Formats: sequence, C-alpha cells, structure tokens
Amino acid sequence: MILRIQGVDFHYKSVSVIKDVSFAVVEGEVFTILGRNGAGKTTLLKCLNHILSPQGGAVWLDGIDTRDMRPVDIARRIGWVPQRGDISRMTVYDLILLGRKPYFRWSPTQDDYRKVEEAIDMLGIGDISLRYVDELSGGEFQLVQIVRALAQDPRVILLDEPTGSLDIRNQYRLMEKLGHIIHNHPRAAVMTMHDINLAIRYSDKFLLLKDGCICSAGDRSIITPENIREVYDMPVSVVEAGGYPLVVPL
Amino acid sequence: MHTLYKGYIRKKVIFLVVIGVLLFVLGVVATSTGTIRIPFNEVVSSILRFDRMGSGRIVWDVRMPRVVAAILVGAGLSLSGTVMQSILRNPLASPYTLGLSSAAAFGASFAIVFFGAGTTTTSTIIIDDFFTVAMSAFMFSLISTMAILFLTVLTKISAESMVLAGIAIGSIFSAGLTLMQYLADSIQLASIVSWTFGDLGRANWHILSIIALVLFPLTAICSFYRWDFNAMDTGEDSARGLGVRTGVVRIIGMAVASVLSAVIVSFFGTIAFIGLLGPHIARRLLGGDHRFLLVASPLIGASILLAADTVARTILSPMILPVGILTSLFGGPLFIYLLVVGRNR
Repeated sequence: MILRIQGVDFHYKSVSVIKDVSFAVVEGEVFTILGRNGAGKTTLLKCLNHILSPQGGAVWLDGIDTRDMRPVDIARRIGWVPQRGDISRMTVYDLILLGRKPYFRWSPTQDDYRKVEEAIDMLGIGDISLRYVDELSGGEFQLVQIVRALAQDPRVILLDEPTGSLDIRNQYRLMEKLGHIIHNHPRAAVMTMHDINLAIRYSDKFLLLKDGCICSAGDRSIITPENIREVYDMPVSVVEAGGYPLVVPL
Repeated sequence: MHTLYKGYIRKKVIFLVVIGVLLFVLGVVATSTGTIRIPFNEVVSSILRFDRMGSGRIVWDVRMPRVVAAILVGAGLSLSGTVMQSILRNPLASPYTLGLSSAAAFGASFAIVFFGAGTTTTSTIIIDDFFTVAMSAFMFSLISTMAILFLTVLTKISAESMVLAGIAIGSIFSAGLTLMQYLADSIQLASIVSWTFGDLGRANWHILSIIALVLFPLTAICSFYRWDFNAMDTGEDSARGLGVRTGVVRIIGMAVASVLSAVIVSFFGTIAFIGLLGPHIARRLLGGDHRFLLVASPLIGASILLAADTVARTILSPMILPVGILTSLFGGPLFIYLLVVGRNR
C-alpha cells in the first residue's frame, strides 16, 4: 500500500469541505475521485500532499505519517499536477527541471538532468522542450506539467483534472500513456475527473464524493445508475460499450 | 537534448557577460564625462594604478564615487524590485510602490523637522546632519517593513495581503510626510524637498562601503533562493507541491528586498522607476528564470541609473540635476512603452 488516508477532515473557516474521508491506494493503481463541482475533490487532493493541511485525520505515505515529513520529503514522493498552473516566461526544459528541485539545493546534478530527459521521453515532448512555456497551447502546457511531476520521480502522482484542456484524441492518448507509466512502474496515480466515461476506461478504483463525504468507493462495480444519481443528482443509465461500462444521461 | 539545453544556457551566460562589459564601458565613459573631460585611457590608467594625482584626483575623489554609487544603487533597487515582483507575483511591486520610499521620506523629514538636521545655504541646499537624516529614514523604512510583514503574517502571508499592506502603510507615511512639510519652516521645507529628490551627489567612499556591505551578502541570499523564486513563478500550489515553504520564502524575500532598498533610499532619497524598469527589461530580454534574472536585472538597473545620472550631470552643465527627477521624468513613459509592447506580444 503506497497511500493510506484515515479520517481526513478539512474546513475553510467554519465551512466543512472534507468530512472523515478514508481510503487506500496501492502500487500500480490509477485511483479517480469523482463528484460534482464543489464536492471537495480538489481540496481532498491537495490534502494528500499537504498543499492544504488537513485539520483532522492523517495521510500515510509508504507507512510514514506525512505530518512527520518535511515538505521537501513529501515532494520527493508525491508529484502534483494542478488543473491550471501559472504560466511564467521560462522554457519547457527549465519548468521540468523544477521537478528536480526537491532533490538539489544549489544546482541540478547530472542525475537530475538524466531524470528530466527520461521524463521528457516518457511523454514524447522533446520537440517542444526549448520553447517558452507562454507560447504553448493549453494542452501542451498540461502535458509539460505532467512531465514535471514525473521528473519528481514520485511514488504517487496527484492530477487535478488532467484532461481538462485536451481534445478528445489527446485525452485518450494521455490517459493511455499515464496508465502505461503507472502500471509499469512502482507508483500510483490519484486524480480528479469530470468525464466519468474516460475515468471508467482508465481507472482501477473510484471514490464517489458528495458534499465532502464518501458516497461510495471501490472498483468499476460501484459505477451504477443508483450511485451516479446519488452523487450527481441526475438520472443515468449504465450500458456496456467496448467492454467498458458507459454512463449515459437520461 | 541536454546538449541543446547547454547551448541555450551558454547563450544566456554570454548575454550576461555582454551586459557586464557594457556597464563597465558606460562606467568609463561616465567617469570621463563632466565639466573637465578626461580621456578614456587616463581614466582606465588612473583606476588600474590607483593614481590619485592630477586628473586621477578628479577620477577617484569626484567622479568615481558618483559612478560607483549609480552602479550600486541601480543594482540594489533593481534587485529589490525583482525579488518583490517574484514573491508578490505582482509586476508593479517595487520599493517605491510598496511605500518604503514614503516611509524613508517621512523618516528623513522627521529628522529634519524635529532634530534640526537640515539647513540651507544661499546657492545650494545642504542637509546639515546627513547621518542623522539617513538613520531616521532607515529606521522608518524598517518600521514600515516590519508593519508589512506583521500584517501579512496576521493575514496568512498571501501575496495579495502583502501588496495591500504595503500600499496602505505607504499611504500613511505619505500623509505623515505631508504633515511634516506643513509643520516645517521654509528652510526645513527646502531641506525636505531636497532630500526627496533622490540625488547621487551625496555619495562618498564611506557611504558606498556601507551600501556594498549590505548589497553583496543580500544578493547572495537572493541567489540562494533562486530556484524557490522560479517555483513560486509557477503558482502558489505548484511551488508548495515542489516542497517550497512559500510563506517562509516570501517573508525572507520581503525582508531582504526591504532592508536593501531601505539602506539605499536612506542615503540617496527617492529614485523612482529603477526598481520597475530593471526587472521588466531583464525579463523581456532573458525570460523569467531567476538564475539569470537575479544577475541581469541588477546589471541593467545599474546601467540605466548610470546613464541617467551622467545625463543629469551634463545636460545643464555646470548645474547638476538630481537624478531622481530624470528617472521619474523618463522612467514613466519608458515603463508605459514596455507595458504596451508587452501587451502586443
């Protein structure tokens, strides 16, 4: 088990956003958090690597309580891909090199450059690596952010809506590559996603979140019309298509 | 790929060297230029041989302190602006816009009015007790910095709260300055106005050694955090996801930038726009990578202030204009130009 979340609570001032959430993620697993806008998906994701510090409960990473870890130690084990990162005037290579920041203090070493090259090769973005980030399309920028997280050489990658700015072709390509990277390396991914059908196709486990509480969690078997109606408050049917369940709004 | 990247880095380093060489050449030209023109070779020879006889005396005792002051002050203000803009994620952040200059001006006017540190002669205005005025300006700049830091800690250290706290405190000190001007007699008023002009003519080797002793260690501290600044440029959450303690870096960066500009402003008065122009031009030329920005921005700030001061010394010769007037006069339009060009990119 890479990640264990036990009774996590988070609230902004008096508003409770995450309530007593517990789940576990094992190696080689793509774990997706589903829920409506404002359900607390992104907040929960940020609690996992202490971008936001949970007010209750704990997160264990490889058996270590993350409250006992320095931010830099967490960053060596958890990569973070935000939904929308700020775009600065630096090259793609420089931005990916930042993924190695948790490992060096003064300057990157040869090993850091090697890890950057490996990460660039994994998603095949070598052709844009010397372009400035502010000249990229939204989809290209999202890929670069994922490559930066991979350069962190993490045990867990957290992705907040990773396919949000990609067209349908690139959505499937990215998820294909991501699945390959997770399943063939000793790591796991936890992501939030709005596209249920994309999530069903490429995720191993699901957590359905409603108003900060777990509605249901488990494998594809939890994707039922009843559970989806409960979380999204709309009627759907679930049909079989291409060997996968397909959620169709009624 | 790594080889290509190395080539890209090499180009940036060469660019920095070129800016450094241009600054040196500009320094020689500035030292040679004045009421008495000294040939370049004599200037270089006097500098290299520490010759303080004949024209060397003008070089070492009159021109060089002013030239070195322009370089150190321009570099310091520009570095301070670069750090403030990075940690506050605000392109308009500078010692001037965050109210540090207002606090220093209030401190100087306070010393002039209440400690009798200002006086005047018939032809030029002279600050009588210069170190009392500078110390008072420095103390109030520090108070302003402490207040900004206190307010930002109180409000969870966000970039927005720091900017707003700076603007609010600057506004209070501006009101205080107006009150001092109201309370001052005509001689004191002249001294206050003279101080706020921003003038490198106050430079001497003693003051310059103090500035250098502050500038170099603080530059080293900023360099230590260059990767953290790069990470913070990608956004608050991204930086935290990379293990950066954004609150701590923001507090350290603000303290370093504020102390640096407080020392400079206390001795030389308000010199506007250098803290904005240096970083903006550097970003335009070299991008936002702080490994290069923290070198390029001070070099460019130093070059701009040196060029401006040389013009200020010679344009109405033998009368010497305070450089603060010139930087305000031409800095504003130049900054607007940079904004318009940036918008059209």
